[in-house]
Amino acid sequence: MIGVELRLMLRRRRVWLCWTLLCALPTLVAILLAATRLTPPPGSGGAFLSAVVTNGQIFPAAALALVLPVFLPITVAIVSGEAIAGEATAGTLRYLLVRPVGRLRLLVAKLISVAVYVLLAVLLVTVVSYVVGVLAFGFGPAASLGGAGGIPSLSGATLTPADVALRTAVTVGYLALCMLALGAIGLFFSTLTDAPLAAALGVLAVVVASAALTPLDAASAIRDYLPTTHWLAWIDLYRDPILWTSVRQGFAVEAGFVVVAFGAAWANFATKDIAS
Amino acid sequence: MIIRTSGLTKRFGRVTAVDDVSLHVPEGVRFGLLGPNGSGKTTTVRMLLGLVHATAGEIEVLGEPMPRRAASVLPQVGALVEGPAAWGHLSGRANLRLLDAAGRGGRRRDRRRRVEDALERVGLGGVDRRPVRAYSLGMRQRLGIAAALLRGPRLLLLDEPTNGLDPRGIQEMRALLTELNLGGTTVVLSSHLLSEVEALCTQVGVMDSGRLVLDSPMDALRTPTGRILLTTPDPAAAVGLLDGRVLARAGDRLVVRGEDAASLNARLVAAGVRVSGLTAERRTLEQVVLELTGTGSDRVDPHTPVPVPGGTR
Repeated sequence: MIGVELRLMLRRRRVWLCWTLLCALPTLVAILLAATRLTPPPGSGGAFLSAVVTNGQIFPAAALALVLPVFLPITVAIVSGEAIAGEATAGTLRYLLVRPVGRLRLLVAKLISVAVYVLLAVLLVTVVSYVVGVLAFGFGPAASLGGAGGIPSLSGATLTPADVALRTAVTVGYLALCMLALGAIGLFFSTLTDAPLAAALGVLAVVVASAALTPLDAASAIRDYLPTTHWLAWIDLYRDPILWTSVRQGFAVEAGFVVVAFGAAWANFATKDIAS
Repeated sequence: MIIRTSGLTKRFGRVTAVDDVSLHVPEGVRFGLLGPNGSGKTTTVRMLLGLVHATAGEIEVLGEPMPRRAASVLPQVGALVEGPAAWGHLSGRANLRLLDAAGRGGRRRDRRRRVEDALERVGLGGVDRRPVRAYSLGMRQRLGIAAALLRGPRLLLLDEPTNGLDPRGIQEMRALLTELNLGGTTVVLSSHLLSEVEALCTQVGVMDSGRLVLDSPMDALRTPTGRILLTTPDPAAAVGLLDGRVLARAGDRLVVRGEDAASLNARLVAAGVRVSGLTAERRTLEQVVLELTGTGSDRVDPHTPVPVPGGTR
């Protein structure tokens, strides 16, 4: 079933469109920056954007910071909201269940396909923006700061390209987990309704509500447990030495969301009457 | 018994969709489940397949309890529930391959052959790579039946199998189902096309507002009505001879009270009245069903009369 699910996802035009658009935004930003050289001053604008013109290798981090707040969550909401509700609307859900595919197996397959989607989305953005960044801004000052292609970290110390690659790999994994938490919530909503759009909008409502609560002092008691609070924790990975605390905390909370949302989806779907 | 339910009941909130249904379908029959819209046919079929969970009652399919043993029962059941469905962005062939791969059982190497066999059987053997989105209603219906046949099931549960098919398609489907049945497959179909069930089924069940009001072999239903239909070129002479027994006359056709067509024929011929057609009238399935069922749930009368059980005729 997992293989079937992946094949179904990879043959959907919508999924490829989402990936393309996700990669298009950073590419557009890179072209504009390269053409105008007008970077936001350090400390304002998107994270890392002020640094990219000096070294294209940091552009993946800037690109991820660009798509993270809105673009990426929207595509995750669409894809995960579709999971069960889309099959219900198409009528294929009943035929899968009488095939028979166990309900738990179906849910697991759907979660895995959402996981593959988010991982590939983050990975594609990273790879594409690395290529675009290097093409647009070059490898940075050669050997002037601590060796060829040295990249300034947020703390000022210089990182080697290999070091940055490692940190970027951890970032990709971390962001994929953050998005998977959102995807698991989408999967849960998708079992509640037969309308994929309603499930997707529900996910976006969660994102907006969480983002609205985060800056409130009155919400400080629950802030650490909101899904969006930890989305920017990965920026600490580009400090030297790495500040692991918030990343570790974010990892725990986001993994908790995956478990809780998937449990809720299972609790609802296991005994649901399929009337679609 | 290939299907046995006892006291099967399903309530959705305050609405009782299926009410205390005890259905028995013996192995090897062609069973037709009839009833007006909203009489609970589809909910019953969904419960048999484990899609909807019963509020009360027991279900056994192929001798095993459902939905507890769904994993071992359903691979032997082919189903078409409330119309066919497929992934619209894939071809019919790709749909069947994925559906085949989705569940356990069956060797991977044989998948291509299984899919081609099923397509062949429903008359889609030469179908191209067009996505299902572009199929006509009849093609989708055939694809849905192909999906039901994919695993060579012992039991076929088909809801409105001829929906969207043209007269030739309907006849092909009837031939296909009869052939499968002769090969040992039990066929259960639900329909509100009475002629369809009459032409195909050996046993019928009739549902009305959630209850099973009839479960009987087809032959037993079609009892004589006590009237004989007579066609004669000499209607006036016939009326004179059978005075008092003629119930109606229209041109050269007469309706005569009585059950024994043979003796009526002998009497007419002896009296020199020519006979060109003679049949003892039998009840049609339509009459039986209309007598047993109410108006169905899609008709809403202004004063909402309470449906009288057993009908009003």
